[in-house]
Amino acid sequence: MDPTIDQIIFLIVSILTLGAGFVVVTNRNLLYSALAMMASFLGVAAIYVLLDAGFLAAAQLLVYIGAISILVIFAIMMTRRLMQSTETSFNAQWGMGIFTALVVFGLFVAVIGNFWPLAPAAGQPLASGTAVPDGMLQDSIAALGRAFVSVDAFVIPFELASVMLLAAMVGAILVAWPKAEDEV
Amino acid sequence: MIPLSWYLLLAAALFSLGLYGVVARRNTIAILMAVELMLNAVNINLVAFWRYMTPDRPVGLAWAVFVLTVAAAEAAVGLALVISIYRSRDSVVAEEMDLLKN
Repeated sequence: MDPTIDQIIFLIVSILTLGAGFVVVTNRNLLYSALAMMASFLGVAAIYVLLDAGFLAAAQLLVYIGAISILVIFAIMMTRRLMQSTETSFNAQWGMGIFTALVVFGLFVAVIGNFWPLAPAAGQPLASGTAVPDGMLQDSIAALGRAFVSVDAFVIPFELASVMLLAAMVGAILVAWPKAEDEV
Repeated sequence: MIPLSWYLLLAAALFSLGLYGVVARRNTIAILMAVELMLNAVNINLVAFWRYMTPDRPVGLAWAVFVLTVAAAEAAVGLALVISIYRSRDSVVAEEMDLLKN
């Protein structure tokens, strides 16, 4: 089976995402880790585009690359003295960590392969994207917006999310505020 | 077209990478970054299942947006904690945060 253009794009994006993710968890220099994390988020945004979820891709760009990465880089710079330490960046459990991660990954692959063939022939269920009528995917953003404010869908989680964001903001300011005795 | 299982495999690999980072890294900020990778993997799964299983209902999209929101809040509070601990203990290494030990 020759790979189609979609599949080639998917493979390239996946390799970029996973390679950047590998740099995130292995690089000694935290700043490089943070930059690789931004690349990985960008790859995930591209995956959202492949999945016809353009709104989420834009949200990913804004929230993850625009906000969370900048927060992480700020935190790295504020603790910069420790960033260039020559000591090892892994703790004593790193071997066990590799083992655990590989076991978990193997378990995932076994479960996924059990339900959906890993290399399905054409025509098997979910071997390709579900065909949908024209306009349904464009309407999905409007449907998402309506679901967020409709009583029989997500209005309570939506309001709770805004309260949680407020609480997180106040909490973050309170936690990071310098204590009185520090201000000399 | 791309089979659903490929997206699930990508998400599983990204999740395992993040898991390794959480377990093995010493720096707290690195641990937080690995947690963000894991949340991204979960989001890929949610969006893939939405696209392949229920494209007529935006349930998966809504969950993905909530995960995004919680990740933003988690990053803000987590990094504030890291900075606060750095102020009081001069360290961001997870093993040295042992105030509650013994």
